[in-house]
Amino acid sequence: MIIDNREKLEEKRVSAREEIASYQCRILICAGTGCVATGSQKIYDTMVEMCKGLENVSVEFQKEVPHLGVVKTGCQGVCELGPLMRIEPYHFQYVKVQQEDCREIFEKTVLNGDPVERLFYSKGKEIFARPEEIPFIAKQTRVVLENCGSIDSENIDEYIAAGGFSALAKALFDMTPNEVIEEVDRSGLRGRGGGGYPTGRKWKQVARQAEKERYVVCNGDEGDPGAFMDGSVMEGDPFKMIEGMTIAGYAVASSEGYIYVRAEYPMSVARLRNAIAQAEEHHLLGDNILGSDFSFHLHINRGAGAFVCGEGSALTASIEGNRGMPRVKPPRTVEKGLWEKPTVLNNVETFANVPNIVLKGAEWFRTIGTEGSPGTKTFSITGAIENTGLIEVPMGTSLRDIIYEIGGGIKGNGEFKAVQIGGPSGGCLITPHLDIGLDFDSVKKYNAIMGSGGLVVMDEHTCMVEVARFFMSFTQRESCGKCVPCREGTKRMLEILERIVAGEGRLEDLDQLEELAEMVKSMALCGLGKSAPLPVLSTLKTFRDEYVEHIVEKKCASKTCQALRQYKINPEFCKGCSKCAKNCPVGAITGKLKEKYTINNELCIKCGACKDNCAFNAVYVEA
Amino acid sequence: MLDQSYYDKVDEIIKHYGRKASSLIPIMQDIQGEYRYLPGELLTYVAKEIGIREAKAYSVATFYENFSFEPKGKYVIKVCDGTACHVRKSAPILEAIFKELGLSPKKHTTDDMMFTVETVSCLGACGLAPTMTVNDEVHPVMTPEKALALINALKGEGA
Repeated sequence: MIIDNREKLEEKRVSAREEIASYQCRILICAGTGCVATGSQKIYDTMVEMCKGLENVSVEFQKEVPHLGVVKTGCQGVCELGPLMRIEPYHFQYVKVQQEDCREIFEKTVLNGDPVERLFYSKGKEIFARPEEIPFIAKQTRVVLENCGSIDSENIDEYIAAGGFSALAKALFDMTPNEVIEEVDRSGLRGRGGGGYPTGRKWKQVARQAEKERYVVCNGDEGDPGAFMDGSVMEGDPFKMIEGMTIAGYAVASSEGYIYVRAEYPMSVARLRNAIAQAEEHHLLGDNILGSDFSFHLHINRGAGAFVCGEGSALTASIEGNRGMPRVKPPRTVEKGLWEKPTVLNNVETFANVPNIVLKGAEWFRTIGTEGSPGTKTFSITGAIENTGLIEVPMGTSLRDIIYEIGGGIKGNGEFKAVQIGGPSGGCLITPHLDIGLDFDSVKKYNAIMGSGGLVVMDEHTCMVEVARFFMSFTQRESCGKCVPCREGTKRMLEILERIVAGEGRLEDLDQLEELAEMVKSMALCGLGKSAPLPVLSTLKTFRDEYVEHIVEKKCASKTCQALRQYKINPEFCKGCSKCAKNCPVGAITGKLKEKYTINNELCIKCGACKDNCAFNAVYVEA
Repeated sequence: MLDQSYYDKVDEIIKHYGRKASSLIPIMQDIQGEYRYLPGELLTYVAKEIGIREAKAYSVATFYENFSFEPKGKYVIKVCDGTACHVRKSAPILEAIFKELGLSPKKHTTDDMMFTVETVSCLGACGLAPTMTVNDEVHPVMTPEKALALINALKGEGA
């Protein structure tokens, strides 16, 4: 259907809403990356099959005929409890749905509206039937993710029914491009990719360039390991992001946009392609949008496995077909970006915030979050936490609320040690920081950055030296090699860290590590290099004793660093079977048959073959 | 020498993206999607067709981790070693797979061309860490034991 004026859009909205309301029952199955991995596609197929088996009932919308809907949605949030299923109009939330459960769900809920109680989320004796009641979801404020998990992300009608494209219509017909920029500027929206640069200011800078050919580019190259917020938005509500980009195009008078998606997100690419095609078909994207004289075309570029392409100038170089290497700035991207033309470059979450700001106004946006960082922030919480998943909270929410109220605390009642924020460019926050309200400015004070929003929770089983080594090996591998401080500095830092975890560190290494880190931080060319030393600096500051322990006592308290492990045999359990000695590749285990065996730690290469092969659990690791 | 069918396929891909320098990366991605690697002869051909120097094409292809000049196995296994997976102990999974297939960080593909094993820095399924993919299908909450069982099942399938 062609929607070439505002009235038709409103008509479409009414009919789409009526259509959705007319279903007797709608089965919403989470098809985010997590739930697909736990088998939600098979559950979708099974439910469709069962519904099709009914007589006189249609599995899609048909006037006059009773109909049921089976829908694949974006991420419903609680990935750890997947596959997830929501059933409307009853508004039941089922968790960990297995294929064997489908028959019961179909018979009880779909046909009769009765709940299958054992599939509700429960904690202790409490049972939570509705999604909003689950503590993980109840404590969130969903703005960017408002539709994620409740609409079919592959169907434009559902987005329109949920209020989609009304912001675009408002911008095109009620506002001048300047007014749109002013609104975004007054909202105080800051770039959600991590830098926190004011979005409105960026748009203004592009709008006032003399060059008339301009581009809008979306950074969907969410490369931070442990972060999947942007991927979830692209999968779960691609239209919202497209609407945000189109509004940006109108604001800065650009007619062409590019979305750069990382190669590891095939599902995001597929959903975006579909969304672009549907929006074009309805004239909500392409030439003369909604019958106005504004035209905007969108293209998708896939990344090819280079983390540095998340940096602005590297990303545009990659779209142009070059090696993704950053360049010296200025000129900045707003002056000379893609094809050397003025370019608005924002990340997925930033664009996804735009429609609501335009529609509800800057004042509304400012009621959420903090003075300096209004709005919400999405986070992915992972690692040693009870409920992993995707969340959205107002800026200024404390880590304590995120970890304990929403995340359900540390996994297996473990002890909180640190949370890594901001990915390989970020830092660690520890117990005294639990009550700080997280926003762009507050985290900076503690040697960390907001980054894109990956939170990796660590407990006492995590070795902070090893974590620093892990991040350094990542940035070293991803360093593009253009500037010497990053190329050589990260390599030397990694060598030192590898030495320390191997038990061969020297105390003077710590000073050298600090010196190198400061050098790379101040001299590297781009953001990747400048921030690469942050995990080292942050852990050195907070966990210096752990470094010293590795170097002086040759001990790793968390038993993570393999070279520092001491394998021992518990004489109480050892039956003298000799299996460990036979499996030891270096002959470090000696003893007599049917007597107690012992390990010579001088010879031991810490391979763990003895422990793997002991039938009596007699071999253990001592820190 | 590659069969003519390879060049016909590439012509089709080039036509889709257009004969311009900026088409290089998407063209290489589609060639690799088709053949699971990027044959050098085809890259030379593409460079000529879209009007860029061969050296430039190689410099771009070698910059990005995704492109491989070596043929890959029937099953491409990617073990995630992103932060979340790393914290939830992904390293033993990789070790177990390497050991089972006789591979190492230097040797990625088995001689019978059945398996290629790589690491990846984040698959975006962190909620279900540790994860791995087999030909892009995500397998969640892995353990070394589950990984070995999966490989043995694939061996059965492939034989």
